[in-house]
Amino acid sequence: MLLENFTGTDDYIASPELQEAVNVALALERPLLLKGEPGTGKTLLAQSVARALKRPLHTWHVKSTSRALDGLYIYDAVQRLHDSRFQDRDVRDIRQYIRFGALGRSFLADEPSVVLIDEIDKADLEFPNDLLHELDRMSFTVMETGDVHQAKQRPLVVITSNNEKELPDAFLRRCIFHFIAFPERELMARIVAVHHPHVRQTLLDEALARFYWLRTLPELRKRPSTSELIDWIGALVKGGIAEDELTARVPFLGTLIKKEQDLDAVRRRGRGWVR
Amino acid sequence: MRSEPLLLDFFELLRSRGVPVTVREWMTLVEAMSKGLVAADLRRFYAIARATLVKHERYYDAFDQCFAHYFAGADAPPALKAALDEWLTAPLPLPQLSEDELAALERLTPDELRKRFEETMRQQTERHDGGNRWIGTGGTSPFGNGGVNPAGMRVGGAGGGKSAIQVAAQRRFRDYRSDIVLDTRQIGAALRKLRRLSREGQREEVDIDGTIAATAKNAGDIEVVLQPPRENNLKVLLLMDVGGSMEPYALLVSRLFSAAHAASHFREFHHFYFHNCVYEAVYRDARMSDALSTVELTRWLQPETRLIFVGDAHMAPYELTAPFGAIDYYVQNRENGLDWMRRVARHFKHRVWLNPLPGRFWAHPTIHALGELFPMYELTLDGLEKAVERLLGLPTPLEERAA
Repeated sequence: MLLENFTGTDDYIASPELQEAVNVALALERPLLLKGEPGTGKTLLAQSVARALKRPLHTWHVKSTSRALDGLYIYDAVQRLHDSRFQDRDVRDIRQYIRFGALGRSFLADEPSVVLIDEIDKADLEFPNDLLHELDRMSFTVMETGDVHQAKQRPLVVITSNNEKELPDAFLRRCIFHFIAFPERELMARIVAVHHPHVRQTLLDEALARFYWLRTLPELRKRPSTSELIDWIGALVKGGIAEDELTARVPFLGTLIKKEQDLDAVRRRGRGWVR
Repeated sequence: MRSEPLLLDFFELLRSRGVPVTVREWMTLVEAMSKGLVAADLRRFYAIARATLVKHERYYDAFDQCFAHYFAGADAPPALKAALDEWLTAPLPLPQLSEDELAALERLTPDELRKRFEETMRQQTERHDGGNRWIGTGGTSPFGNGGVNPAGMRVGGAGGGKSAIQVAAQRRFRDYRSDIVLDTRQIGAALRKLRRLSREGQREEVDIDGTIAATAKNAGDIEVVLQPPRENNLKVLLLMDVGGSMEPYALLVSRLFSAAHAASHFREFHHFYFHNCVYEAVYRDARMSDALSTVELTRWLQPETRLIFVGDAHMAPYELTAPFGAIDYYVQNRENGLDWMRRVARHFKHRVWLNPLPGRFWAHPTIHALGELFPMYELTLDGLEKAVERLLGLPTPLEERAA
């Protein structure tokens, strides 16, 4: 069998370790759990993998009220109740009130797909455990009809977590895990180049120096992330800011720092910046 | 030379360094190797072993240290590379273990685990293909006693960059260790477990099951039933030691405070300050000018309120034991500090003490005395998690010994 191989895409740069993690998850058909600071590209990875492997992507954005069942299917009892009063449809056919979720659709599809379960930590603590069986066996039963759906092609399941909650051990044991560390300066320069290919090298150097200095400040409640850096450099380019202006101040600071207390902290530090 | 199957002692090394690797995860790694994913490339092996064995970034650093230690060694003679190639790409028989067997294995001690594991491997390979590829007897094993020690060699072709060992030795993930660092986000994540859900208050959520039942009873005419949403019923009281010996920990304590304050899931959150020991009063501000009497505090907050003390509990013994022993001259405590602390401990059923001092410095009379009244944990992520578990647990019998 020729193994599928993921090496990143034009606009997504994956570290070698991340590539290995993706390929192991693909080969072993295990879910891939991605953790990391917000803005390190966890969600983008699933999109990039789907594109690289030419597979359709099914996305499931988890919310605090999400139940594990929602990703498989939803039985619209209220609609059925409603129809029964007005006799719009034949309510004896339960199947027309079953709507499949992202995971359910990927099981039913004829071609292999990528499923993104985004921000699993937003849901209840027990949520990941409720998915164990379905992820292990890649099958589920619609309780209302008794239909069993076995995945025709096992999808690659990518799960992201922002670390808001610890995930249960039983769930972790079944996953391939990768923690996306915050990119070092060299990798960051390549990531920025993908988004802003024409930025001047000298400006980029100054901006990165400033950015990494900001991230070292211990008093910041929320450190600026990759997506904020990209926005900021975009703003610097559009605003026609010259390199030497960056040594004296931080223009458009609001694109990098979003909390009032943190803005104050940076302003207090402003003078003391030595590279 | 190692006489054991390769990697089994790496597995043990990880466990001995506190990386919670289970047999199931180890099997996953073996499965990955049996599919030929690893090839003879230590750098790929590093990435794949980490992705399959380690499930939390807090253990990355320990993993890196183990890896660097275990695989450190001189460059391998070229002849050995072929042997490693063969081992890494050879299809390995995988024992089929049931859920129950796996669960049983996970409860064993490392020694028992190894024994059981070796037995399982031996039986399983015999049953499946009659070979003896796994355990090193009679020299047929690809591991161990054939004179090959792949663990000790560095295979070339790591892609021009750093070798896996060099990468591992850099300790890039030191900052993620749970026994050292606590940032606001991590504290928030730990505190989120501190909850007890119950339905109280306004009925504002549709009770689907109730609605269906009521509607059915109503001969199909829809009757909507409402219920109160599930909410956290926990109240939390944070008492923080300020000033003096707590100065070095000001940043850490302020992080804990801001995480607890931002945790919107508590029913109520209250915080007060004190200096070294709680006497007649606690204070609403860190400058200790706005006082609330301790008696009033215990009258106002129910015993179910979860109490978290934060302080080093390190002071002169007389501050705890002598009347008028308080360090601040304007605090005139008629009763000694220990009596006041006992009164607080008696009131709050669920209470912990988080101490920023590492546990090895706790051999001090006042830390010991307060630790008897308040279960004491280090102010690290591990300690905080244990403290949260303690706070959720059943009421603990009061330490009456000292009374």
